[in-house]
Amino acid sequence: MSPATPPPSEDLVHSESFLRSLMRRQLQLSIACAAAFLVVLLGLPLANYFYPALMATRVAGFTLSWLLLGILFFPAVWAISWIFIRRSIALEEDEVAQAKASNQR
Amino acid sequence: MDSLSPLALIPMLAAGLNVDPWIFGFSFVTVAVTIWMGFRSAKTSKTASDFFVAGRSVSVGWNASAISGEYLSAASFMGVAGMVMSSGYDALWYPVCYACGYLFLLLFIAGPLRRFGAYTIPDFAEGRFDSPIFRKIAVCFVLFIGFFYTMPQMKGAGTTLAYIFPGMPYWGGVVLVGAVITLNVALGGMKGITLVQAFQYWAKMFAISVPIFVLMSVYGSYGAHVGVNDGRSGMASPSVAVAGAPSAGATTPSAVATTPDGDVVRKPLSSKAPADQAWVSPFGPLTTKAAKAAGLTDEQAKPYSLLYTYSLIIALVCGTAGLPHILVRFYTNPDGVAAKRTTMWVMILIGIFYVFPPIFGVIGRNLLPELYNATGAKGTDKIVLELPRLLNERGGIWGSILSGITCAGAFAAFMSTFSGLLVSMTGAVAHDVYGRMLKPNATPEQRMRMFKFAAIGIGGVSMLLGAQVEALQINFMVGQAFAIAAASYFPLLFMSVWWRGMTMAGAATGMLGGGLAALACTTVINLSDLKKIDLAGFWAAHPLLRILCEQPAIWTVPLAIGLMIVVSKATRAQVPGDIRMKMLVLHAPEKLGLKQEYIQEHQAGAGH
Repeated sequence: MSPATPPPSEDLVHSESFLRSLMRRQLQLSIACAAAFLVVLLGLPLANYFYPALMATRVAGFTLSWLLLGILFFPAVWAISWIFIRRSIALEEDEVAQAKASNQR
Repeated sequence: MDSLSPLALIPMLAAGLNVDPWIFGFSFVTVAVTIWMGFRSAKTSKTASDFFVAGRSVSVGWNASAISGEYLSAASFMGVAGMVMSSGYDALWYPVCYACGYLFLLLFIAGPLRRFGAYTIPDFAEGRFDSPIFRKIAVCFVLFIGFFYTMPQMKGAGTTLAYIFPGMPYWGGVVLVGAVITLNVALGGMKGITLVQAFQYWAKMFAISVPIFVLMSVYGSYGAHVGVNDGRSGMASPSVAVAGAPSAGATTPSAVATTPDGDVVRKPLSSKAPADQAWVSPFGPLTTKAAKAAGLTDEQAKPYSLLYTYSLIIALVCGTAGLPHILVRFYTNPDGVAAKRTTMWVMILIGIFYVFPPIFGVIGRNLLPELYNATGAKGTDKIVLELPRLLNERGGIWGSILSGITCAGAFAAFMSTFSGLLVSMTGAVAHDVYGRMLKPNATPEQRMRMFKFAAIGIGGVSMLLGAQVEALQINFMVGQAFAIAAASYFPLLFMSVWWRGMTMAGAATGMLGGGLAALACTTVINLSDLKKIDLAGFWAAHPLLRILCEQPAIWTVPLAIGLMIVVSKATRAQVPGDIRMKMLVLHAPEKLGLKQEYIQEHQAGAGH
């Protein structure tokens, strides 16, 4: 966070197209990760509904459904969030690089 | 009410002669340390800005611990276990969504909100739409959500004290704990200090996990305990000699049966407990209650049950992203990237925590089934406290010590959450309602005095409400607070961050429409469940309405978002003029320095 204020002129950072691409790229990443999450989250009740016998299979005492929801769900979400954070940090660095490159021009 | 409680306590203490000294000791030490730490840290940071600004230097690890510490309330610590015990599989959605709701917060809200630099949702509402009026509307929901969230904390307090002092009535515990915390907040202690909250997380984690490892090593593993509930008891399977089909009443005295594994010993279920098959399978008693009350068969009830499950998931996942007392903490991150990292660590910390409470519920079903027969403070909500004491049967005092540890954890849970909520609700009343609306030119002394009055008033109302809800499950009530947050704050934050066409009128209409609809539904359900109004006949005739009322998120969240879109389109002219700059501040990386620029442009209108 530099205290020096860039002039609020029509440089790249303040342009409509920069904002659009910024929001679009970040939203695309968020939606892709959310979709992966929602497939698991909303799919599990559906699996319970349509394949009750399969989901009742016993694995080390647990039903398959219990094992998925009570234990395995958490690491799955950690994995999604880890991927998201790595990508979103890369995205931000790319945006900063873009803005710097345009300022030097 | 505050002055009465110490007097009322004396006969209660006398009545509860068989107080376990270990349990009492651990709980007392927790209370004393919490209050002492609160006062100590209150001395070092006097003002609200101290709290926020000092917090900015907090590292990701501390901050994540602090958020987790504030988040894990009585519902997580006691309620989840109680609900898994009473309802089985369906109750697992609560811990999973409590933890995974943070993913939505991470994906859509955490980074932008931190970049915008709003302390609270009312701050954000005012800053995003340049509208002080909207701030006032947003403040109302701090109170609505806050009261719904304090009721279960109070139930946790009443239940725990009734357990520690067996003679004490439920309301006595509510009043005692409520009064202690209220006085603390009013006297300036118990501010949401990062280090205290972070310490609370590790205390709770220790208190929930250590007893479980000991219990599992003595009584058998998590999987083995789920495994006993195999639903084959009704099919006369020779290998599983569970004493009678539980649904048939289970009065056979030859109590103890073993599983094929041979290591889990199980006590006979009472007639009030759900049958094995229904308990261990999806679409069990929790989600089919309404349809069953209407006399539908299992097959007919299943679609209703699916609807209930989805609505619950939406409420919990979206609600997490809209809890006012959690969002405040994101400001203590140094930047948007740190906010995201913190959120991920929060998910890991609370995810690990949430594996444990259901284990208490599962083992409790097998070893302490007598709790099914009791209601209110003596019911399944106290399983976390009571279960470790079983170890005393094996000799020694380890059961009492471990039970003391879980009681201490429960105190840490409801005390930290209740004081956090009380501070944020009191702040809303004293700062926004009094300081901005009623008397904008009040002196600092008047404001200070108002803060104290507001704390006592809100604490009193919380105790009154808390004393009424003994019959409701802790976890269920917290779910309702999430449902209100999901239909009010979540749509507001989500849409304001990602859609620049949003206007103040649209945001306010959507938040009020969705939020008030959810509030009305949950209130009706609570009044009817507490038998204050009689709707049993109506619910039996309309199971669908009961489900949509009990879990309203499936229609209130789309309603709120829909209203926001429609009204914003109709009032398109009111989109703030500098919306592009606002959006840049929300979304552009901090390294570009846009926030400073934005603040300089807005210096004239600074309101803090």
